[in-house]
Amino acid sequence: MEKEITVTINGTAHTVKVEPRLLLVHLIRENLNMTGTHIGCDTSNCGACTVLMDGKAVKSCTILAVQANGKSITTVEGLATAEGLHPIQEGFKENHALHCGFCTPGMMLRAVELLKHNPNPTEEEIRWGISGNLCRCTGYNNIVKAIQYAGAKMRGDKLPSTEPQFV
Amino acid sequence: MIQCKTSKEIGGMGHSLKRKEDARFIQGKGHYVDDIKLDGMLYMDIVRSPYAYAKIKKINIEKALKVPGVAAVVTGRDLEKYKLHWMPTLMGDTQMVLPTDTVMYQSQEVAAVIATSRYAAADGVDAVEVEYEVMKPVTDPFKALEKDAPVLRTDKPGKKDNHIWHWEVGDKAKTDALFKKAEVVVKENIYLPRIHVASIETCGCVADYDKVNNHLTMYMTTQAPHAIRTVIALVAGHVGLTEEKIRVISPDIGGGFGGKVPVYPGYVIAIAVSFLVGKPVKWIEDRSENLQADSFARDYHITAELAGSKSGKIQGVRFKVVADHGYADSQAAPTKFPAGLFSIGTGSYDYDTAFMEADAVYTNKPPGGVAYRCSFRVTEAVHAIERITDKFAMEVKMDPAQLRMNNFIKKEQFPWKSPTGWTYDSGDYHAALKKAMDAVGYDALRKEQAEKRKKGELMGIGISSFTEIVGAGPSKDFDILGIKMFDSAEIRVHPTGKAIARFGTKSQGQGHETTYAQIIAEELGIPAENIAVEEGDTDTAPYGLGTYASRSTPTAGAAAAVAARKLRDKARKIAAYLLEVSEADLEWEPGKFFVKGAPQKSKTIQEIVFAAYTNHPQGMEAGFEATHYYDPPNLTFPFGSYICVVDIDKETYEIKVRRFVAIDDCGNIINPMIVQGQVHGGLTQGIAPAMYEEFIYDEDGNILNGTFMDYLVPTAVESPHWETGHTVTPSPHHPIGAKGVGESPTVGAPPAIANAIVDALTPLGITHLDIPITPYKIWKALKEKGVVKPVA
Repeated sequence: MEKEITVTINGTAHTVKVEPRLLLVHLIRENLNMTGTHIGCDTSNCGACTVLMDGKAVKSCTILAVQANGKSITTVEGLATAEGLHPIQEGFKENHALHCGFCTPGMMLRAVELLKHNPNPTEEEIRWGISGNLCRCTGYNNIVKAIQYAGAKMRGDKLPSTEPQFV
Repeated sequence: MIQCKTSKEIGGMGHSLKRKEDARFIQGKGHYVDDIKLDGMLYMDIVRSPYAYAKIKKINIEKALKVPGVAAVVTGRDLEKYKLHWMPTLMGDTQMVLPTDTVMYQSQEVAAVIATSRYAAADGVDAVEVEYEVMKPVTDPFKALEKDAPVLRTDKPGKKDNHIWHWEVGDKAKTDALFKKAEVVVKENIYLPRIHVASIETCGCVADYDKVNNHLTMYMTTQAPHAIRTVIALVAGHVGLTEEKIRVISPDIGGGFGGKVPVYPGYVIAIAVSFLVGKPVKWIEDRSENLQADSFARDYHITAELAGSKSGKIQGVRFKVVADHGYADSQAAPTKFPAGLFSIGTGSYDYDTAFMEADAVYTNKPPGGVAYRCSFRVTEAVHAIERITDKFAMEVKMDPAQLRMNNFIKKEQFPWKSPTGWTYDSGDYHAALKKAMDAVGYDALRKEQAEKRKKGELMGIGISSFTEIVGAGPSKDFDILGIKMFDSAEIRVHPTGKAIARFGTKSQGQGHETTYAQIIAEELGIPAENIAVEEGDTDTAPYGLGTYASRSTPTAGAAAAVAARKLRDKARKIAAYLLEVSEADLEWEPGKFFVKGAPQKSKTIQEIVFAAYTNHPQGMEAGFEATHYYDPPNLTFPFGSYICVVDIDKETYEIKVRRFVAIDDCGNIINPMIVQGQVHGGLTQGIAPAMYEEFIYDEDGNILNGTFMDYLVPTAVESPHWETGHTVTPSPHHPIGAKGVGESPTVGAPPAIANAIVDALTPLGITHLDIPITPYKIWKALKEKGVVKPVA
């Protein structure tokens, strides 16, 4: 009992037949072969699968592909443009906000949505804002810095230092 | 400030070079095992036991075989035909791949379903019917050691108890004598519960057996690809898979922390199925399977005792451990060290008497005993010494910082021989603690605390001054399954002066592509950005034992430096030839040789390398390549001092970490940015077990929190804003004076946090709490003391 759906991913419309039970994350990874979106748990806790659906950060393991019918999805592959990296990507690289890279795509997409609603967040607002995304490697300090950096860049403010600070 | 010998363009040691590997990770181009898709690939999913201990009466696979897309169901009886139903563990124990008769722990693999899609495989798992005869499990290691306890490993002929091994070190008679006459003896029972590394990527593989060429390519989440290849050959050699026919590829790894060292049954089943059907087979764990069945860490029950003088001098320690290994000893420790490097537990203090012993026990829990971002049981040891040292300070009524300062090994005492036989290479413990105290404002905090105590407010300050032991290891003592724990580097410099370097280790996020390039840049003056680093393919990389236990920099990093120095020696010969001077007349500065007294007469490394291919001296071997297998003369001993400040709500007992200052000394620093990143991450995996993470089993052996919903990995909200810094005390025996750092903070942080919380609760009569310390645990402890009354 497959159902035909049309999902726009990173600006390209894909019309596919899917099982009604297919998860959005599997549509993206398995059916459409975009493997930048990751799976880290089976309880919707880790956020590694976070994508933007019509601009809103969602955990794509918790959405059925059929629910994304007619929607527009942004994955990590859609962040950079012909002009270069998205500010959040630059922020993560410049501030050493990733180690193994597995949580990074989801973390960046959640940060993009956060900055859209709150362009100049405090450290505490960032920490609460990304609390649905787990990172096991970085300890979060530098993720906070990366999001602050991206915010500054997107606002056109002076960029904060990316040098590590030591006591 | 870190002094750099090379320019920013060369980017050698000390530069905070941005990571080379990040470009792919931030653009969704990382290549993890689940991203691999091969033609005709089948998917495997696993049926797991709901019971901790049960006889398998029957496995009915008929319904599963009728599920659309299901190709096969594999049971232990199927594997038995090929003698693949058992496998050795890295510790020389044995473990079932799939059971034929009995399941020994909850979530144990019972059967595997092979199907044409992930969903069909999962449907197949649901349709497999297993009839069990449930038995009463043994989950408590102390009960398992009792005389009348049922013997669990009945598969071992003649096994009459649940005892696995006994280990001891130190001078028992001398230690017992000291404890008899000591002025002060303090004792504490300390339990470090079962926890799980929970890397955000779970484990998995794609086993791709090519029947035509009789060749297996195994893509898998492994921290030690070369050792795994050898293990596969040892296990499957009898069916024709000999080592030259096996290629293990460890692609990008989404975090390891020790959990991706062991061989799990899923890998072996995938290989067996691929071998039988001649198609690639993918197996990717769910998170719940990962938490419930893969190797756990810790589960050490420690009785720690310390003897000292009334004046606060530590004179000796006596530690006794009961180690719960679950169903099998499938930890990943060096052969001669069944309790890992627990004997580092004498700590950072100057005394000469110690005795430690451990007994390992089988229970009906998942097998394991791997590290959780620590070098072989060092966390357990450091927790014991740092907690008992605080208790001693409390007993003799001395400030814990002062007591540590009074007892530290002095920097002029290094190399220092510990009472359990280690030779600490270098240290300056006083400097690290002083720096941490200055940074946190220790004296002012103690004054604030005294004021707050008068008002009944709960504020605590905790210190941990740890000594790590990493870089296994010298081959005279260290091996895994007989393979010596050296590691390797191979450097090939191309004619145009750009290089590729390959290593026997395997990054799981540590940033080797950047730091190894920096080591070679430091030694050869070739810009780090022109040095590609590759790891994880056993067909191309030199043999090595892999990345865990903070061993990459101490071993493979050292190999990189030594291999690069071999090349620099060759470069000197070529430069002398090109400049028509003797080698002795040449001087090196990063990137070129020049003639002494005539610096305008010089040859850059790029010119020299080009000559190695185009104009090398007659009689010299052409090319510019070197390999080195580095066997360290000693381990390295990173150290640090951490100070944690907590405020505890006096009504709810909610714990707020207000400050956490970490001063680490990992010797010479390759990349300060990366070292700091490692410290941040390690500290977060320190607060995790100190305040949040713990597996809980009921008496029937059911795991009560086997998913991310209730196994509490810290989010950004629970993680404090870490304040970090360093002192630099180079390792005297390491080629670049480095020591390794990835695990120090995970080792050092838990006792600092526990000491801070206990310090806050001291006025209420609390002298010890086991980690994880939660508001509920505090409330319970205070209730037992009658400090809080039950709510009416």
